[in-house]
Amino acid sequence: MNKPLRRIAIFCGLLVLALLIRDNWLQYVKADSLREDPDNRRVLIARYATPRGDIIVDGKSITGHAETTSGDFKFKRTYKDGAMWAPVTGFVSQSYGATQLEAIEDGILTGNDDRLFFRNTLDMLTGKPKEGGNVVTTLNAAAQKAAYDGLKKQGGKGAVAAIEPSTGKILALASYPSYDPSTIAGGSNADAEAWKKIDKKNNPDDPALNRALREVYPPGSTFKVVTAAAALENGLYTDADEKTDSPLPWTMPGTTTQLKNEGNIPCKNATMRVALQYSCNTVFGKIGSQLGNEKMLEEAKKFGFDEQQFVPVRSSASVFSDDMNPSETALSSIGQFNTAATPLQMAMVASAVANNGTLMKPYMVDSLQAPNLDTLEKTEPEKMSEPLSAQNAQILQSMMETVVKDGTGKTAQIDGVTVGGKTGTAQHGENNSKNPYAWFISYAKVGDSAPVAVAVVVQDDNAVRENISGSGLAAPIAKSVMEAVIKSKQ
Amino acid sequence: MSGTSATNTSTHHTSTIGAIGAPSRRNTELALLVFAVLIPVFAYANVGLAINDQVPAGLLSYGLGLGLLAGVAHLVVRKFAPYADPLMLPLATLLNGLGLVAIWRLDQSKLLQSIGQAGGKATNQLIYTAMGIALFAVVLIFLKDHRTLQRYTYISMAGALVLLLLPLVPGLGAELTYGAKIWIQVGSFTIQPGEFAKIVLAVFFAGYLMVKRDALALASRRFMGLYLPRGRDLGPIIVVWMISILILVFETDLGTSLLFFGMFVIMLYVATERTSWIVFGLLMSGAGAVGVASFEPHVQTRVQAWLNPMHEYTLSRTPGATGVHSEQAMQALWAFGSGGTLGTGWGQGHSELIRFAANSDFIFATFGEELGLAGVMAILLIYGLVVERGVRTALAARDPFGKLLAVGLSGAFALQVFVVAGGVMGLIPLTGMTMPFLAYGGSSVIANWALIGILIRISDTARRPAPAPAPSPDAEMTQVVRPS
Repeated sequence: MNKPLRRIAIFCGLLVLALLIRDNWLQYVKADSLREDPDNRRVLIARYATPRGDIIVDGKSITGHAETTSGDFKFKRTYKDGAMWAPVTGFVSQSYGATQLEAIEDGILTGNDDRLFFRNTLDMLTGKPKEGGNVVTTLNAAAQKAAYDGLKKQGGKGAVAAIEPSTGKILALASYPSYDPSTIAGGSNADAEAWKKIDKKNNPDDPALNRALREVYPPGSTFKVVTAAAALENGLYTDADEKTDSPLPWTMPGTTTQLKNEGNIPCKNATMRVALQYSCNTVFGKIGSQLGNEKMLEEAKKFGFDEQQFVPVRSSASVFSDDMNPSETALSSIGQFNTAATPLQMAMVASAVANNGTLMKPYMVDSLQAPNLDTLEKTEPEKMSEPLSAQNAQILQSMMETVVKDGTGKTAQIDGVTVGGKTGTAQHGENNSKNPYAWFISYAKVGDSAPVAVAVVVQDDNAVRENISGSGLAAPIAKSVMEAVIKSKQ
Repeated sequence: MSGTSATNTSTHHTSTIGAIGAPSRRNTELALLVFAVLIPVFAYANVGLAINDQVPAGLLSYGLGLGLLAGVAHLVVRKFAPYADPLMLPLATLLNGLGLVAIWRLDQSKLLQSIGQAGGKATNQLIYTAMGIALFAVVLIFLKDHRTLQRYTYISMAGALVLLLLPLVPGLGAELTYGAKIWIQVGSFTIQPGEFAKIVLAVFFAGYLMVKRDALALASRRFMGLYLPRGRDLGPIIVVWMISILILVFETDLGTSLLFFGMFVIMLYVATERTSWIVFGLLMSGAGAVGVASFEPHVQTRVQAWLNPMHEYTLSRTPGATGVHSEQAMQALWAFGSGGTLGTGWGQGHSELIRFAANSDFIFATFGEELGLAGVMAILLIYGLVVERGVRTALAARDPFGKLLAVGLSGAFALQVFVVAGGVMGLIPLTGMTMPFLAYGGSSVIANWALIGILIRISDTARRPAPAPAPSPDAEMTQVVRPS
């Protein structure tokens, strides 16, 4: 019987060998893909096992962390003034993942980034717990507060974006109504309830929407700044005070429709300065159709239209169409028809004009810090394009300053500060039935430098329609944001 | 060797062990036992330090408990089986000790506590271990000679059938949401009779085959290089096959079914030395498994979970998905993968995510995650060693019954390890069986200690110096010729 016994011994050995081979396959060959499988809960457990690094504004963190008592996630994210900062931070939630800045800089914040690998390995050897790094933003706390409080006081939906024109640093990014990401950061039933409440399906106000970056609105008359820039750049008119060839009434080319102005304003052959001051649709509509779709598109693109911006959070692409006939181009040139812009986009327009024609690439992450506060990466200001020459930019500045000094933007005046701006009231809805959007874009100049450019949009479905104007609703918010920035620089 | 008598065969090969004048190796066993106790004690301390940052309060009592049990077992072996194989007791103690540590480690999991799968289980397991060692001692003290078991061949058959059928008795079988129907409920205890049936059945097969092996081996026709058994000789294998199929259909457990049928085929092959039985066995088990899988939904679910564990995981997370789906297969794979080469270290993994049966059927995944590839390979090799010592005992045994019983028990042990570890690691479909000695569960621990006890008894008989020839008055004149 011993021969079969020896064979059985070999057979049992083979069974063990099969298990050993399978185990090597699982724990060596497939180990990494199993370990990093996003469905493997250990990935999430590891993410929440150590305190997450913070997001910093003006040297103070706007985030924190709290230890959770239930479940297998040890720490959860907390936010200070979460609703105000939500468009900046996005959220990170034990149940719902991460979005926006929290998602993009997740590697640094959790400490898993490759640049922290060496440090983590050292920490592991010395027995120090793993820590996350910090994300230092360019934002200005006072400006953000002014923006958010302004929107909140106003009460409708709206958004604010503010940029430092000389660098592209984003100073404020507010959206209203908003939500507090602290309420959804955990994994409890209360978090699930809060999540349901901010879900677009249950809440028509869509508080989770980052309106400053992710919503496009028809820019209305604020777009006339772009049209004026196109007129100057293409040499159609070379001076703010040159009479334009603008009949009144003006019938759009190829149609029998007359383009209307708001009220009885002096638009016939008005100079561009006067036309911008009174916001003449006829003048800028005609300029747009005269320049044509192609040249208008070219100028709009230089300002950043038709392209997503990554700041590094993605911003929706603003729209200026490329296949329009002259009458559609005319409407688009006064910010109607297909034209649509994010608040960030319109802040970029004001910023390029204020920065003497140079558009800086907008960004909100100033630097990434290791847990010991060493700088891992610093964002340097970067030129994005030059939508207009310095000379033309100064002409446009003087026009925008007239708007605030004598025109529709008087409500944005600040004592002792030169402010340039443009109002907008954009029709929308079927047959323009809905309450229009009130816009204001502006910049402030202190001495030679312009520390801030801002765009504000307010949509108030409850306001009386006649009371809605960029001047009345949006300009005061822009003013307080500019004041906050100027004050914080002093 | 066919044709030589059994006695002849066994004495022929005693040289592999060196029966005459062989050292008893009891001190070797004692030295190994010290390691088999110390390693789990250090592991226990390690778990406490990793989870609570302190040496666990129960370390002393745990160490003393395990040490005492191992000491008692050793003394019993020293007294009642002095020539026994020196490796089996330390290897079983080491596995048992590591299992206790893993169960205690899972006891610390809040998640498992919250679903009633953990908390105080290690204490229970220590009690089961004590009962197992007690049974081990009883076997060695009262079973002076394993050949005594031969007398109970047909009682064993009846007993095994009763044990196997118990879970099907209405009111006695425990209904579990997942898993196979291989449990019975007695009061507050659940018992897995299959673990005991394994041993009883091995006794029956050994007794039966010892008597019938010549008939099964000799009468056959040759066809395509294989000796085909006569039709009437196919009877026994067909009966066992049908019982296995019935187990598969009614208890819906592929593992138990495969284990019993496999054990029978191994013993049949050893008894008859006919390769044809292996071929028949493989064909029949293949046909049976495929046949049953084609209509039995529970088995189908297991096979699907094996082929596509991720899909099954997704379904288990989908509200309103039809049928019963379990995430366990995928969770076990993630546990192994997350362990990697060296593992996370005791107490630092998340194998509790397996939830149900994390400390019993799936305990191997905890070893995979926390001890890594290195630890799992070490444990698999320990199992391999236990099996090989068992087969070596069979080789050394001088009587065919002992040979068959030893190889049957070792083979069953090997098959069980393969079926469970292979199932948890996704090599074969999952079954409802437990890793011998590692997994939580009284039946398993107690039955496996009995199994080791019987193997130690056989090995003691095998290694015991042959009795000196009876003194003969004319001894000096007559040259004694021993069979070579």
